[in-house]
Amino acid sequence: MRGMTLIVKSITQLMAPSILLLGIYIVMHGHLTPGGGFAGGILIAGCFVLIVLAYGSEEAKSEVRKWRATFSESFGIFLFWFLALLGLIQGTYFFYNIIAKVNTGQPYHLFSAGIIPLCNIAIGIEVGAALFAIFITLVVFKVEENL
Amino acid sequence: MIVFILAILLFLIGLYGVLVKRNLIKIIIGLMIMEYAVNLFFTLVGFREGGTAPIFSEGLSDNVFFVDPLPQALVLTAIVIGLGTTALMVSIAVRIYEKYDTLDVRKIRKLRG
Amino acid sequence: MSLLPLFVIVPLGAAFVTPIFSKFWKGFSDWWGNLASAFLMVLSLWCLRFSTETIVYYAGGWEPVDGIPVGIAMVMDGLTVLMLIIINVIAFLVTLYSVNFLKNYTDRGKYYTLFLLMLAGLNGVVLSGDMFNLFVFLEIAAIATYALVAFGVEAESLEASFKYQVLGGAASITILLGIAFFYHLTGTLNMADASRLFADMGPSPAVIFTGILFLVGFSLKAGLMPFHAWLPDAYPSAPASISAMLAGVGSKVLGVYALIRIFFNVFGMTVMPSLLTIFLVLGTLSMAVGAFLALGQKDFKRLLAYSSISQIGYCIFAFGLGTPLGILGGLFHLLNHSVFKSLLFFNSGAVVYATGKRNLESMGGLSQRMPVTGTTSLVGSLSVSGIPPLGGFWSKLIIIYAAVESGHHILAGVAILVSIVTLGYYMKVQKLAFFGPLAAAYQKVKEVPAFMCISMVVLALLSLGLGLLLLPQLREVILDPAVKVVEQGMGYAEMVLGG
Repeated sequence: MRGMTLIVKSITQLMAPSILLLGIYIVMHGHLTPGGGFAGGILIAGCFVLIVLAYGSEEAKSEVRKWRATFSESFGIFLFWFLALLGLIQGTYFFYNIIAKVNTGQPYHLFSAGIIPLCNIAIGIEVGAALFAIFITLVVFKVEENL
Repeated sequence: MIVFILAILLFLIGLYGVLVKRNLIKIIIGLMIMEYAVNLFFTLVGFREGGTAPIFSEGLSDNVFFVDPLPQALVLTAIVIGLGTTALMVSIAVRIYEKYDTLDVRKIRKLRG
Repeated sequence: MSLLPLFVIVPLGAAFVTPIFSKFWKGFSDWWGNLASAFLMVLSLWCLRFSTETIVYYAGGWEPVDGIPVGIAMVMDGLTVLMLIIINVIAFLVTLYSVNFLKNYTDRGKYYTLFLLMLAGLNGVVLSGDMFNLFVFLEIAAIATYALVAFGVEAESLEASFKYQVLGGAASITILLGIAFFYHLTGTLNMADASRLFADMGPSPAVIFTGILFLVGFSLKAGLMPFHAWLPDAYPSAPASISAMLAGVGSKVLGVYALIRIFFNVFGMTVMPSLLTIFLVLGTLSMAVGAFLALGQKDFKRLLAYSSISQIGYCIFAFGLGTPLGILGGLFHLLNHSVFKSLLFFNSGAVVYATGKRNLESMGGLSQRMPVTGTTSLVGSLSVSGIPPLGGFWSKLIIIYAAVESGHHILAGVAILVSIVTLGYYMKVQKLAFFGPLAAAYQKVKEVPAFMCISMVVLALLSLGLGLLLLPQLREVILDPAVKVVEQGMGYAEMVLGG
């Protein structure tokens, strides 16, 4: 897959950080506004997919490493599993909101609602990495066989 | 009432796609349309007349009337499940194209009996 | 009682760790997968001491408010303990078998990851007390299964997996539509609470429509007769250990357990007399047509797939009789079928491992060179056909006796006829594959390696000894609590919410 023209490449260079920032904003404010981990994660993946689409798969093959995407995905979901397990380790229930019982924080501000923003961040990392891994496996690293 | 009938009509359109079309990718798209129709139906089940979006924010009055938030949370999960299913189906379709050299369902028939 | 989430937490955590470490250390995934499934097997056998009481665990600590449950509940009662034992014991034997069997497949790390995810999904389905939680775990298990069927990426596996995905995806969407109607009717997703609300509603057309949606969706996952089209393609194309897990555990948990839980405990009396008739019709159809279609098969695993359809038909037929003896027969046949069908799929995997072929007509006399495989397959075949004193005989006897006792004499005759046909085609398999003169091409085949033998021998011993479960001491602990849960129908609500 060849890359696109110079205009597309320049606009992508300008826009991609803003898209990534928007995705991170939606993930972080998941307990205050609609969105949360899934929607923000898809935007994060969208930023990386946009860059690969604009520059072409030949250049992408030399820059992108598949193990980074799968490692971030496993790390993200393992972090979510560990956060859910903290309640069980502490002696209370599974998925218990242990931070909120200790220090509630002020309502409607960013540092509130206990464990929920941390879970959103973990899910955001995981969904973004997973979608990017699916994309590069199907498009960039596809295996051409003659059978 | 009419919106529920339209959601079921969308479901039937997707079902038509799965049953009648011969291209593998069109079958996958038909299945996706069925999924979106059911998600839409489920969200519409939670609608209440005169309610607003079910999010607590500052400056909200005390007795405000929300729509039902439970179907919205469930549909969020169902959309992600649909994403996983679609991704798996598309990768299998790509591999089938490499092995059989065609995407026509009538020709991909090595297993019978 | 924090044992309940462990059944879901342990395989999930193990599955998330496996892809990272299996890149560094080659044998890691074997050890890790076997350790996880061994731990779960011991845990499920430990839970036998709680089989007569109902334990409820609310995730996140959201206790019921004014008697109305607001959180996601996990429920363990007698039926759950029986299903947990079936799932985890067979999962451990499958991971033990896979240590040697995966020699011909490339990526062990991904296999064990998908397998542990499927195990987490299956455990979650039997433990959930909440309708949508059941759906989410059902989807986790189903997606892992779709990927595992296509694991050896030959052309046939991919085609079978695609067909399975389209049909299974349509079934899942139907189940989700049923859940949407369910929520609209009752306003709650908790199964016990909805059971209480359905007891006050009569059989209105909305309730019947919801019931039909669930029936279609879960029958397709179980592989009952009009909805069986994916089964004869998916079971042969999967690797043999995955076929054993799918046929022995998957179609039971995702299909039969969900049908029983929803229709006997949640819907209960509102759909009752016509539901039993539907179960009788579907069961008889699956029994008869599955057995007759299996007669003409030449492929070993395809024959086993049609035989699975037939035996699941027996279980649904037994549940359709409606009497406590019928329910006991159905559950006991479920347990027996897991054991001997997994054993038979293990045998077919051993034959493929040793000779590389699945076609019955080109084999011959294999039991001279592979004695363990030959003997265990003889035990398994006799148990399916219902020869005393093996396990299958007792469960079929109870089913036929219950059918005669409740007045369905013709259907009992059909069941006996199907059992004789089953004996016929399994004896054909034994004659063609294992007895007779040794074919020239197979002079040098050897017996399969140690772990595969251990799994097969354990399952053969279990299928010899499962008749002992009808002794009063064992039956009261394992089978009777499960029968009581199904039989008391809508009393499920008092057990979960009152206690």
